[in-house]
Amino acid sequence: MTLENWLLRVERLHKHFGPTCPDCHRLTGPDNGRSRCPRCGTVWACVDVNIQLEAGEVLGIVGESGSGKSTLLQMIYLALRPDSGHIWYRDEGEPARDLVSLNRYEARVFRNSRIGIVYQRPELGLNMRFSIGGNVAEKLLLAEWRHFGRIRARTTELMVKTELPPERIDDEPATFSGGMLQRVQIAKALASRPGLLLLDEITSGLDVSVQARVLDLLRRIQWEDRITMLLVSHDLGVVRQLARRTIVMKNGHIVEAGLTDQILEDPQHPYTQLLVSSAL
Amino acid sequence: MNTLLEVCNLTKSFTLHLIDGRTITPVRDVSFSVSAGEHLLIHGRSGMGKTSILKCIYRTYLPTSGSIWFVSRQFGRIDLNQADENVILQLREREIGFCSQFLRVLPRVSALDVLCEPLYRQQMDRATAQAIGKEWLERLGIAPELWQASPITFSGGEQQRINIARAFIARPRLLLLDEPTASLDEATKQVVIAMIRAAQAEGTAIISVSHDLSGLGPCADRQWTFQPAR
Repeated sequence: MTLENWLLRVERLHKHFGPTCPDCHRLTGPDNGRSRCPRCGTVWACVDVNIQLEAGEVLGIVGESGSGKSTLLQMIYLALRPDSGHIWYRDEGEPARDLVSLNRYEARVFRNSRIGIVYQRPELGLNMRFSIGGNVAEKLLLAEWRHFGRIRARTTELMVKTELPPERIDDEPATFSGGMLQRVQIAKALASRPGLLLLDEITSGLDVSVQARVLDLLRRIQWEDRITMLLVSHDLGVVRQLARRTIVMKNGHIVEAGLTDQILEDPQHPYTQLLVSSAL
Repeated sequence: MNTLLEVCNLTKSFTLHLIDGRTITPVRDVSFSVSAGEHLLIHGRSGMGKTSILKCIYRTYLPTSGSIWFVSRQFGRIDLNQADENVILQLREREIGFCSQFLRVLPRVSALDVLCEPLYRQQMDRATAQAIGKEWLERLGIAPELWQASPITFSGGEQQRINIARAFIARPRLLLLDEPTASLDEATKQVVIAMIRAAQAEGTAIISVSHDLSGLGPCADRQWTFQPAR
């Protein structure tokens, strides 16, 4: 049994927005309780972020709004270029690749074939003017699938998997409910059989019965497809149920990382203690 | 005797950053060992830190100091206090089981799936896992019409039975049981005690924590009254 079985390794990732000044580092970060430098206005979204995901693992990311969670996800999705650092990706039996070094075309093909993303707001993940079939086809075409019949068959298969009525393949997203749209997003994200699924607050704003259904789907994907997932959520209950390891972010920094039950029951950092004690 | 677990000078402190950073130390300088096939019962009043010991072994709590030597089939003799997170996760999947006082589950997931989850994690195929799961549910007297229902709808005693079976099902070498019989009626208590005895006979080491001496006492090889550290 090998323990060296990682799929994604993020090393020393940095991202800031703004001009920067010599005082930035002294004035920002979790100890100062802010990400934005009061002198020059630079926002430090991710500072020296290191994470490793084992193949098949679900890693939770928790933290308040503005802690840098979504920026991190966008960089891993290759939609945002980091200032520095590496994002190593390794499919089983293949050499590791640094995704930061891919050019625009390579990045687009890679993203569409190897990574899926699901957002809190469906309109970010879906093209609202395309039908459901069109949305899934878009992802597959960008992943360089070419055969129309196969694309159509794959879409139907995904709709069944995500408990969507396949006869609605040609309907537009606007005619679906919120919970259904999350499942359409999941279907689209899974279309090209990605190695990595990025989930950005996907159950926030859903009513509880719909939320339970989406979580149940994720759990099935976790068991049946063994897809590696990065789960951003501010709902600690969701993280407890799905992620075995969790990192805690605050003001662009990882302040604590560990086994999920340890983070929730024996949090070490003052911020994590506050977060856990504030949960219902 | 084959020592399976050796706890040496274990201390656990909590620093409460939200309450002026004060420190409390429920577990101070605790040492004991357990052998394969042995059942150690730790008893004492509530709030003394009994559960903290179990949680340190399972690494839900990070021990402050001391060593927890475990003889692993996969990794040899290792200190659980120092072990890498991935090693701990592997051990939880295959060698160390923990039964907490409360069952926490996702809504909509059936009792059978909740129970079989440890087997799915071991990548056992669903049909085999569910056959084993059904045997357990039967043995624990959970009515078949409840198997596809979510345990959230179950009574306290039924939930606790699912919880216990979940800890046993993967046949760990070390079982940590936190008040396993607390919410059970007499008949079910006897079923659980029979389960503990059967696991012991297979060589599983068991550490249970309880204030219920009458229930678990007779099946324990050793009893230890835990005294507060303060």
